[in-house]
Amino acid sequence: MATRSQGVLDKMTKESGVETATLKVFRYRPEVQTEPYVQEYKVPYRRDMVVLDALNYIKDHIDGTLSYRWSCRMGICGSCGANVDGEPKLTCASFLHEFKGKEIKIEPLANFPVIKDLIVNIEDFMEKLDHIKPWIIRKEETPLEKGEYRQTPEELEAYKQFSMCINCMLCYAACPIYGMNEEFLGPAATALAYRYIADTRDQDHEARFPMVHDKEGVWECTLVGECSVACPKGVDPMLAIQKTKILGATQILKPPRRGK
Amino acid sequence: MLAIEAGFARGIKGPIVESLSHDILIIGGGGAGLRAAIAAAEYNQKLDIAIASKTYPMRSHTVSAEGGMAAATREYDSLDKHAFDTIKGSDFLADQDAVEYFVSECPREAVLLEHWGCPFSRDPDGRISVRAFGGMSVKRTLFAGDKIGFHMLHTLFQTTLKHENIHRYDEWFATSILVEEGHASGVTAINMRTGEMSSILAKAVVLSTGGCGRIYKFTTNGWIKTGDGMALAYRAGVPLKDMEMVQFHPTLLPNTGILMTEAARGEGGYLINKDGERFLKRYLPGKMELGPRDIISRSEMTEIKEGRGFEGPYGSYVLLDIRHLGEDVINKKLSFLKELAEKYAGVDPVHEPIPVRPGQHYIMGGVNTDKTGYTGIPGLYGAGEMACVSINGANRLGSNSLTECLVFGAAAGKAAAEYAMRQSMPHLGNPLQGVAMEEETRVYDQVLKHEGGERISSIRSEMQSTMDESVGIYREENGLSQATRKIGELKDRMRNASVEDRDHVFNTELVSALELDFMLDVAETIAYSALYRRESRGAHTRTDYTNRDDAQFLKHSMAYWDHGRPRIQYSPVTITRWQPEARVY
Repeated sequence: MATRSQGVLDKMTKESGVETATLKVFRYRPEVQTEPYVQEYKVPYRRDMVVLDALNYIKDHIDGTLSYRWSCRMGICGSCGANVDGEPKLTCASFLHEFKGKEIKIEPLANFPVIKDLIVNIEDFMEKLDHIKPWIIRKEETPLEKGEYRQTPEELEAYKQFSMCINCMLCYAACPIYGMNEEFLGPAATALAYRYIADTRDQDHEARFPMVHDKEGVWECTLVGECSVACPKGVDPMLAIQKTKILGATQILKPPRRGK
Repeated sequence: MLAIEAGFARGIKGPIVESLSHDILIIGGGGAGLRAAIAAAEYNQKLDIAIASKTYPMRSHTVSAEGGMAAATREYDSLDKHAFDTIKGSDFLADQDAVEYFVSECPREAVLLEHWGCPFSRDPDGRISVRAFGGMSVKRTLFAGDKIGFHMLHTLFQTTLKHENIHRYDEWFATSILVEEGHASGVTAINMRTGEMSSILAKAVVLSTGGCGRIYKFTTNGWIKTGDGMALAYRAGVPLKDMEMVQFHPTLLPNTGILMTEAARGEGGYLINKDGERFLKRYLPGKMELGPRDIISRSEMTEIKEGRGFEGPYGSYVLLDIRHLGEDVINKKLSFLKELAEKYAGVDPVHEPIPVRPGQHYIMGGVNTDKTGYTGIPGLYGAGEMACVSINGANRLGSNSLTECLVFGAAAGKAAAEYAMRQSMPHLGNPLQGVAMEEETRVYDQVLKHEGGERISSIRSEMQSTMDESVGIYREENGLSQATRKIGELKDRMRNASVEDRDHVFNTELVSALELDFMLDVAETIAYSALYRRESRGAHTRTDYTNRDDAQFLKHSMAYWDHGRPRIQYSPVTITRWQPEARVY
């Protein structure tokens, strides 16, 4: 049932000489299947096709049951992450030609429980995000009539790259520490915590210290750096972790404040 | 079999029986919905607010907005200038009282977003930077590189996390609005994770589900933009206003429809034809590349039609040239555009011009609301691209949509909060429970279990081609009339379509089928509204009625649900201080 037009496509491509690409896709419905399996699909190949186009072709023309998330198809919404040929990638930003001549293995992002096929459960991250207080904390509010908080381009630069995280989860899929210990706060949540800590508008950096410096916080990281390799937006979470460690170390060594 | 028994027979644990309730329920977690949630949460900390969205909020399509958000914040600017630019841009179809309210709230909303942490680009003195934008007479578009939507969405989403009275239903898909004795009382929704349907009751419901770009094939819009809230409100009896007013943006990558931001032109980019000319000198001599989108898109089409475009594998195109801006400006202010052009078109814009052509981007029309987001059904509010207040009339100016989400999201959230404070919680007794059970039967028995019909993808594809071809940039009587018939036929075929995936857990194919069912209703209102507006105004270009006709059509089209088909009526446009004049740039 799953391949009702695959035969037609095979015939069509053979006759017309249209090139095809072969995808080996991880399939799994944990509520009814005890084990995952791999299903092979052939799709027409065009040089400018991305893996997501191939998945959409399968869903529309071959197998409506294949399940995955996607929306913007331009690398900004963070929905479509998967392991492509063993590496965590956005499927909308992985081109078929990068894998020309070989079968492309598509699997769900590693280190997350599978809900169905390529759809994984990211609730763990959503809780961690909440936990690090990703909002501006003010000790005193300035009335809106006084306008924006002034921030120089240099002050913006200090946290800008860490504000570029699209929550795509590729860094968690790449992180061996998170693979072993899901309590680990992990790359994206730490990068976002640091993004607020380094923002001149925030007035209570220490509010986040307990989260990032507790036993499952930054000190768990062993600087493997896979997160920064996997990040499609150049956030470099490992750098954020390093900077947070340095901040933490200096806080600990700092003499107690007067009046406390 | 009763739906409820059918539910048990399917092994679903007490489906519709489960009833959840909140004071305020917001459907959609993009810019407008999140802003509404914060407004309601701040109005009263005791209010119990929930956001239900078919995606995680940070995936919402607000994320893709690039260029910036308009607000008159500089000393050289004024609210009147912003208002007049918006009204002229709208080809005088905007309601001027709504525009005046809008522009007066924009600066405050911009400062709020900044206070909440949005990483705006800055001038050396620390103020938020502004750039030029199409149809805006002065620099008033605040920006964050070329990712304002991404930063606005994440800032708003992360700010909602600090409010303990904002709850979320992530990846829940609303299928209908529950209306009891004329009051909106909640929705029926599928929890996609489990496949169970529940009623979520509320004293007030805010719809903020975004636009419907996926009705078209060639669009900048993400997959999730399927007009859900428009169809929900329309089916509940709210008219859809000015649906024929669809915006076609001039600069999309020809193969994928990915947007090349208007900020490229705001920063000084050129549009070039095959002869190397900046062809807008023939169409917009006073504005050139800083003209409004409707006129630039038509100008590109004229160049192409007259043989001055380029031919490519994905149709004809013109060039967007930003080389003269220099690598430094491009890297600093247009880095996302550069990344997208390199990745998806194989072009480095520092060294080569980018092929572009016009395509669907936004819909000015939408769910009819007033300035507070009120839809006319007690307890039901709407905001954002989904709604039509109208500030955009027949053509929206770039960078007004982001502030529109904030201004009217806040207004709707506040109005819903005030209303909810006065109401008591609806109960899931009769007749609500009966309505909810009927909805469950429709979704599970008529859509999920239907066997042997055609694939939804073929119906969707034909709808999109019909809209691109007959309800696109240029329209005329025969094509529009055929489009209405075609969509009617597709609606009939939809009743007989089937999905292959019979699972309850995360059934994306079932959701796609329900989305397509929504889109067909919305597409039909666009085609009929376009057919009956026999004039050209803003983005609505009739080749058979080429002039604007204020005597007959200075009025809003209102599409009412009438036994499953649209009935088009009209309502007056509010003029306050700016009499319609010829729209010349």
